[in-house]
Amino acid sequence: MSSSIQQYIDIYKQFGARIDTASSPVFNALRPAALAALEGRRMPVKGDENYEVSDLEAIYAPDYGINIDRLAATADTDEPFRCDVPNLSTSLYYVFNDTYPHAQQKLPGGVVVTSMNDATYHEIVSRHYGTIAPADNPQVALNTLLAQDGMLVYIPAGVVVERPIQLVNLLRANSPLMTNRRMLIIVETGAQAKMLVCDHTQSADTDFLNTQVVEIIVGENATFDYYDLEEASERTHRVSSLWVRQAAGSNVLVNGITLMNGTTRNDYHIDIDGQHAETSLLGMAIANNTQHIDNHTYIGHNVGYCHSNELFKYVLDDDATGAFTGKILVAAGSPRTEAYQSNRNICASSRAKMYTKPQLEIYTDDVKCGHGATVGQLDQDAMFYMQTRGISCQEARTLLMQAFMSDIIDGVRLEALRDRLRHLVEKRFAGTLAQCRNCTASQSCHTRIKKK
Amino acid sequence: MDKDIENKNIIDEATSGEYKYGFVTDIETHVIPKGLNEDVIRYISDIKGEPQWLLDFRLKAYRHWLTLPVPQWAHLDIPSIDFNAISYYAAPKQKDGPKSLDDVDPELRKTFDKLGISLEEQMRLSGVAVDAVMDSVSVKTTYKERLAELGVIFCSISEAVRDYPDLVKRYLGTVVPYTDNFYAALNSAVFSDGSFVYIPKGVRCPMELSTYFRINAADTGQFERTLIVADDEAYVSYLEGCTAPMRDENQLHAAIVEIIVEDHATVKYSTVQNWYPGDKDGKGGIYNFVTKRGLCRGDFSKLSWTQVETGSAITWKYPSCVLAGDNSTGEFYSVALTNNYQQADTGTKMIHLGKNTRSTIVSKGISAGHSQNSYRGLVRVAPKATNSRNYTQCDSLLLSSTSGAHTFPYIDVRNDSSVVEHEATTSKINEEQIFYCNQRGLTTEDAVGLIVNGYAREVLTKLPMEFAVEAQKLLQVSLEGSIG
Repeated sequence: MSSSIQQYIDIYKQFGARIDTASSPVFNALRPAALAALEGRRMPVKGDENYEVSDLEAIYAPDYGINIDRLAATADTDEPFRCDVPNLSTSLYYVFNDTYPHAQQKLPGGVVVTSMNDATYHEIVSRHYGTIAPADNPQVALNTLLAQDGMLVYIPAGVVVERPIQLVNLLRANSPLMTNRRMLIIVETGAQAKMLVCDHTQSADTDFLNTQVVEIIVGENATFDYYDLEEASERTHRVSSLWVRQAAGSNVLVNGITLMNGTTRNDYHIDIDGQHAETSLLGMAIANNTQHIDNHTYIGHNVGYCHSNELFKYVLDDDATGAFTGKILVAAGSPRTEAYQSNRNICASSRAKMYTKPQLEIYTDDVKCGHGATVGQLDQDAMFYMQTRGISCQEARTLLMQAFMSDIIDGVRLEALRDRLRHLVEKRFAGTLAQCRNCTASQSCHTRIKKK
Repeated sequence: MDKDIENKNIIDEATSGEYKYGFVTDIETHVIPKGLNEDVIRYISDIKGEPQWLLDFRLKAYRHWLTLPVPQWAHLDIPSIDFNAISYYAAPKQKDGPKSLDDVDPELRKTFDKLGISLEEQMRLSGVAVDAVMDSVSVKTTYKERLAELGVIFCSISEAVRDYPDLVKRYLGTVVPYTDNFYAALNSAVFSDGSFVYIPKGVRCPMELSTYFRINAADTGQFERTLIVADDEAYVSYLEGCTAPMRDENQLHAAIVEIIVEDHATVKYSTVQNWYPGDKDGKGGIYNFVTKRGLCRGDFSKLSWTQVETGSAITWKYPSCVLAGDNSTGEFYSVALTNNYQQADTGTKMIHLGKNTRSTIVSKGISAGHSQNSYRGLVRVAPKATNSRNYTQCDSLLLSSTSGAHTFPYIDVRNDSSVVEHEATTSKINEEQIFYCNQRGLTTEDAVGLIVNGYAREVLTKLPMEFAVEAQKLLQVSLEGSIG
């Protein structure tokens, strides 16, 4: 059987010139190498290491349309967004499918948020584009081959951005569509910024394949928060990878939240290259029906005196499948490293599947590392107790699940977003997220109170 | 007073350094030419006078082996092995099996004396029945008569094939089929000897059964195969110790252990492995690629693995439990110590298939020198294995900045009533503890030995008495030279 990649190679070979016309030379320059990396390859399939439950071949195989001529897309920005955060003033940008806005609003301090095709910032983009994401990774290479646009976020040295930058990705189409998104985020020495990225599908009945490659470069003593909130549809397939390089003394928080999705594969890859840096990698996923969520993480402690903390939590109901594969690598000659990794999961139905593989690879002795993983259920005693207090089974269940997720939400360093997330999670568990048509409030109460 | 002398002995052993069991026994060995092909397998089968079905089994395994690639997934740096440069059969030359101890070659007996498992001593004092396997042929099985009274069968697998062919035929390859993996296929094709244990219904084996494996001849792989069957309500504790003399070239050891545990039966399997680990520069040593698996077939059956791994240049070993019977229990306790350039990728698999099955994993890794030590474990809970429970704890202790400790747990849960927990920590040996010991007049090396023994205590206490003492000494000896 031929690989799913072949059809994309064919598209590129046939329409390469048109793809190039609509995008910046920076994008075009890397395409030949990406093509070479893809020839003769296949996407990872179930059973490959770190892809134990996810079949990317199957995700990439269907025939999706690609908007190679960059026809203007329309989306409904009036639709109430769940990722709209009341009481939080953000610099807000919309991305329709994979078309990015050129800088319209001026941000203080020389901060740039614009399309990567914006010729004004050509020099910055060309210096960093494709420097962190490895060209030989098939997902990255395919994105590099086809991506025509992306978002550039540039925070100059020493600038503290007060207002969080919010990016709302909207997917809307009448026929199956593949979008290839790219992001390049540069936070220079001593700068500080927070960014919130929301994925949102407006056409719930259309199949989407949404690929994304995010490259984040964080300079010395800089602080950067990245919140990635996915609230797509059950027919959206997302393959995202995030690549971070941290310099000395920097502080990075990455929080990946999956509230509603179809099939999702997220790669979080963080390299700590400077001493005294701090990293927090948090994630949560709530999935039911046949949703599929697979997070793969890598934190590389390449130098000493750094601290990382990683926590992922999943609640899986119905026939949902969850996977977590994480690795912390402490390279030789990295003294005084502290790294912790934890993955906690609840299987709320007898058909839900959880696969977890938290790994440590340590090549030096002066470290404190730990990892843990659990798969379990809601506490039966707590369920029983709440029912004796007149809280219904369904309510008690929601309450416990919410409490379970609270330490991920508490890790959010924006108060308004924290409150909003609490609300969203509550609604998600109650089955009343606005566009969530398939899941009704009539979730069965699987919890059985056992007779002791 | 006795304790002081023992302590002094340990220190002496530790400071004398080199591999303690590195001697070669000068007895006539029967070795067939190097290389592997169907003729070699027919020859092995013929020399052992095996029935046709076993030859067929070997040939099927060999043909399957030819189709398999060498596994590369382990976190090990395995130099390519030329499977045709190995002699697949070496046996001490002797016409008939020994009738009594007096028939055993005196040289051979001296070897065992050096190993500290003098057959007479063992027979007389400790009541342990020993099935000593030297280079693949079982030399002497002790206490056979006494066991026979109870109906316990404890003999070499060659004898079992000869005397109890139906039993062997029924169970051989049922837990580890020849298609299981590369080394299992190789072993199934060329296995030369091993032990066979059958505990009949309701019998509690009155003594600990023990095998001592030793690789003696140069360039011979040792491919032993152990088959243990515990019938309903039976109990047996089985000990296995491994030693190999010093050789420059690497030797291959690919063994299979199969265990079948029926209703309410219990099997306890303990290993102390100290094959030659290679010298300080990583030259030589044994490649230890072992497939060990037990099937807890009956309800309320229990299988417990305990291992102390201090030897081998490369260890690739995952003693596993398939918990098929309802309410069955699997346990895995392990201490793996690597020093110099040793590599270990070891752990366990707990496959929960039956209801209310429980498993416990406690793994303690110790890395020193330039060694790499990995824990790799799988816990799988099948949809029907409701109310199953697993607890995993794997700790790593690092003694040098050039060593590595890695943890690769795989957890796969497919129902909503099971609880799986995994916890791991990795840290350096506590300097304050060493300092305290120094203060009390202990040298740093003794202090490290003490701390390591304390750290491994949880596992060592699971070993039968005789082994626990030996394992404790081994840990200390193996760490020699790692400080500084």
